[in-house]
Amino acid sequence: MSRAAPARSSPRRAAPLPWLPPGVVVGGLLPALVLLLDARSGALGANPVQRAILQTGLLTLALLALSLACTPLRLLTSWTWPARVRKALGLLAFVYAALHFALYLFDHGFTPQVVLDDVLKRPFVTAGFAALVLLVPLAATSTRSAVKRLGFARWQRLHQLAYAAVALGALHYWWGVKKDHTGPLIAALIVAALFAVRLLWGRGRRRKKAKAGMRF
Amino acid sequence: IAQARRPLGPYDTSEAVTPYAQATTYNNYYEFGLDKADPARNAGSLRTRPWTVLIDGEVRKPVRVDIDTLQSWFPLEDRIYRMRCVEGWSMVMPWLGFPLAALLRRIEPTGKAKYVQFTALNDPKQMPGQRDAVLDWPYVEGLRLDEAMHPLTLMAVGLQGRILPNQNGAPLRLVVPWKYGFKSIKAVVRITLTEKQPKTTWALASPTEYGFYANVNPSVPHPRWSQATERRIGELRRRPTLPFNGYADQVAHLYKGMDLRRFF
Repeated sequence: MSRAAPARSSPRRAAPLPWLPPGVVVGGLLPALVLLLDARSGALGANPVQRAILQTGLLTLALLALSLACTPLRLLTSWTWPARVRKALGLLAFVYAALHFALYLFDHGFTPQVVLDDVLKRPFVTAGFAALVLLVPLAATSTRSAVKRLGFARWQRLHQLAYAAVALGALHYWWGVKKDHTGPLIAALIVAALFAVRLLWGRGRRRKKAKAGMRF
Repeated sequence: IAQARRPLGPYDTSEAVTPYAQATTYNNYYEFGLDKADPARNAGSLRTRPWTVLIDGEVRKPVRVDIDTLQSWFPLEDRIYRMRCVEGWSMVMPWLGFPLAALLRRIEPTGKAKYVQFTALNDPKQMPGQRDAVLDWPYVEGLRLDEAMHPLTLMAVGLQGRILPNQNGAPLRLVVPWKYGFKSIKAVVRITLTEKQPKTTWALASPTEYGFYANVNPSVPHPRWSQATERRIGELRRRPTLPFNGYADQVAHLYKGMDLRRFF
């Protein structure tokens, strides 16, 4: 990648790849559009609601995993752009999770008793619902002003809930499958890799801090 | 082509029949793949002629019979049945076939016969899904003898006035309309009368989720979802699921005194 020399030297230079964050938003919303068009044309098959529920669930997991891959990617490559698309990816994941839940509610005729029964009695649904609940405060504190209000350290701790959410999401996917666990296995491996990177990096950082005598 | 409407028989439902295009492209048939669209794509490799069916076990007249001879033994009947999948969707299927009872009477079960075991074809060359050990092949299903003798229980060879499509179980499949769809085994090659309850494929694969009886029962939830409602294919909203899939008047007496929560 080559960047213009003047940009490099200016102190408040424009961020590189300025089109990337809006591009991620547009690209992330495209599957929803495709889903809508497929629903209208009948391309979702004989059981379109079921299909749409599955697809929005998969998109949620994929986007969550991508948002959590941003920091490791930035650390491994020293690229800066992953940090600038992380928020968009996280919010898109929330949008698809909300859509997934809305479709599930529609599927069950918005009957509170049915939903309550599912959430309380069926671990498969409990896990998915818990993941969604965890994403709510993250989406609500995604603004710059929320970071300021909470203070960065607290905001960061809160946003580690994303790891719990993606793990619960992967579990929900695993429990939701009848027999073939290929998809859920891939999801679980990706989540495990994200956790591993996070743990290793956290340990490395602690060691560095210990060396520098910065013990907390 | 408009078909002449025949008068409805005593076992027929008058509900709207599921369009042929949907009934033949949305199938659970793991022998041809795990996705519902897979069987329609992959079942072309199944050769349904010549096809022989072995009927043996606790019978006085065991026989190995060609499918065309077998179906010439009985007058074929139209039956419009509801079909409820354990996953929570349903269809209305106009089958063509003969009552299993007629076949059983012909081959004469002995006094020891208590169950009927059905075995499907086991040939990974014709059934590519069998290269995947996702289930223990061949697919095996079973019924209690009185369930097998019930007039609703059908051996189907046709669908909607046509020969049964491969993805729907050609050339010979079981249809038990008051039980979840997985009981209605496809591509049957063997029917064995037994003294002991057969070990059936899904009940072996996941005993907490799929029982031997598998009667449609809205009040016994699957561990992962409620069975109280279902989506009729082609409809957007769910509808309530009926006990015994709406055939309670005909079959509930078979289970008198049984705890249907235990024998799910």
